[in-house]
Formats: sequence, C-alpha cells, structure tokens
Amino acid sequence: MDLFKSFGRNKTKSKNVAKERLKLVLIRDRADISPRFVEMIKGDIVRVVNEYVEIDLDGLDIKLTRMKRDYDNTPVSALVASIPIIKVKDNYK
Amino acid sequence: MGKGKAIVITSGKGGVGKTTTTANIGTGLAMLGYKVVVVDTDIGLRNLDVVMGLENRIVYDIVDVIEGTCRLKQGLIKDKRFEGLFLLPAAQTRDKTAIKPEQMLELVGKLKEEFDYIIIDSPAGIEQGFKNSIAGADEAYIVTTPEVSAVRDADRVIGILEANGLHEPKLIVNRIRYEMVKKGDMMNVEDIVDILAIDLLGIIPDDESIVISTNKGEPVIAEEKPLAAKAFRNICDRIVGKEVELLNLENGEGKLSKILKLLFNK
Repeated sequence: MDLFKSFGRNKTKSKNVAKERLKLVLIRDRADISPRFVEMIKGDIVRVVNEYVEIDLDGLDIKLTRMKRDYDNTPVSALVASIPIIKVKDNYK
Repeated sequence: MGKGKAIVITSGKGGVGKTTTTANIGTGLAMLGYKVVVVDTDIGLRNLDVVMGLENRIVYDIVDVIEGTCRLKQGLIKDKRFEGLFLLPAAQTRDKTAIKPEQMLELVGKLKEEFDYIIIDSPAGIEQGFKNSIAGADEAYIVTTPEVSAVRDADRVIGILEANGLHEPKLIVNRIRYEMVKKGDMMNVEDIVDILAIDLLGIIPDDESIVISTNKGEPVIAEEKPLAAKAFRNICDRIVGKEVELLNLENGEGKLSKILKLLFNK
C-alpha cells in the first residue's frame, strides 16, 4: 500500500485539497463563526500587538484553521496567527 | 440604471450545475476583459464562494450590503486570479426572508453601474429565494440536464419567468454523456430543445475535470484542455455576441477510449 501511496503523490491530489477546504468551511459553518467575527478578533490582536512592536501588515496572516492538539493528536479548531515584526517599538527597548 | 447586464442562472431543480455554470460564465467573461460580479442568492446554503475558491476571504455578505451593515464595495470580494472579477457572497447564517425582491432590484441596479455583467446564481426551487434572484435580472439562462425530472422543472421555471416579465430565456444543457446519447440511452440536445422550445445557448459535456476543478476551487474554464472548459468558453463568446458553432462532443472522447475502439473495432 505504501508503495502505491508514494507513487500516487497523495498530497497534491485534488480530492485532498477538497477535503481540506471542506474541513475549514465546516468549522465556520458549524460553529456559526462568521468571517467577520474572525476579522474582529484579527483587528483586536493587531491593535494589541501593535502597542509593542511594529507589524508588517502585508505579511500578516491570522486565520481559523484545524490542527492536531499536541498532547493527544485530537483535531481541534485553532486560531493561528503569523505576525511578522518589523521592529520593537523604541519605548519598549 | 447603469449599462451593465444582469443575467440570472436558474433551473428549478437542484444539483444540475447552476453554481458551477455561474462560476464558469463569470470567470469566462472576466477572462474576455469584462468587469463581472457573480452574486450568490442562495441565502443559508451558500456555495458559490467554495466553487470560486474564495471562501476564506468573505468578510461581509449580500445581507450586510442590503441592510447597510457595510458599503457595497466592502461586500465585494475580489477574485484571486482574474482582474475585474468579483463575488458577492450569500449570507450563511440567515434565511431567505432576509431579502425582499425590491431590495434585490435596487442592489442589482447599483451593480449595473459598476459592472458590465452581473451573473446571479439562483437557489433551487421556486420560493422566495428564487424570486429574489430574478428580481433584478434582464435575462435568464436555464440550466438543465438530460433527465426527465430536470427538464420538467426547467419547463416550470420557464413559465414562471415569463409570468415575471423575463421573456426568451436561454437554455444550457449540462452533463451530456456523448456515449449514452449515441446509444440512445440519453435524450439528446435536440430532444430537449424540442420539448422546452427555447433558444439554446450551449451544451456542456459531463466532464471529470469539473469535479477536479471544483475540488480546487478554480473554475474549469481557466484551463486550456478540458472539453467542458471549451464548452464554457463557447458560451461566453455567444454571450458577448460572437457566433460560435455548437461544440462537437465526439472530440471529447479520451485517447484511450479511441484506442480501445480501434482495438475492438467498435
């Protein structure tokens, strides 16, 4: 079976893309989390972090996703934030 | 009112390919250089966003725009690949009564000032959601498949469209399986046009590449090779006024099946 898998380049198959996209959409649908709600959280996070550091807003990526919990591998919804920092603000140095 | 043209894509029956057709026609017209917005009116069961691959970019939706929660421009989502293509998504957590036909008429009127084409994806059924979807439309395209149930529903919808002042709707026959038609196991396009007695806009073969492109959230029309992509491009050409011959579905057979046929002399 593994042999077949490695030949099948399983990761790039469109059915896997479909499954991943569906999972994300369903998290939002089921939890009734509107993208606007995520936008609100995003806005607040940016505001707070911005107090301390200068953020590269173009590279900012905050999204709701699904990942496995570290200690028991259970899939959970997660808010993942990648916030590129340009520099720490002077008054906090 | 502006100069844009509003076209509703409808069918009566669910699952015949309205949303896929909307996404592909919208994308195709944008590829031809027009400014296009695709509008999802299926409130509570939105799907045009996932077919377009824009589901992660939604902030506001059509109900927000109509209720004034946001400005029209804020509600429009820019396509990730094509310049001049935008999506106005349906609301997912509201129901069909959130919008009235008069409001839809006003909204489409505003969109016409900004866009060349407004392609409206209608929900299945003939209830309020459907009525909203046709409220601002100048033209209607009916999607059907070569099945008795789909053609019957198409006929019903044609009648309702007429009653609402949308005359001369055009027909798109989707999911044609050439081999079955040849064997006489599926109604052909002429049969369907005969029964419905409306003008044919185009035919789309049943094509696996549509499943794959929907998996990825990238309308098939942007791909060069698939026969379905060619079929949608033909439809877009006709929409903008070019004369294009009807697609020959026979060419769509895979090389393998041709080789097999040669081998078995069939």
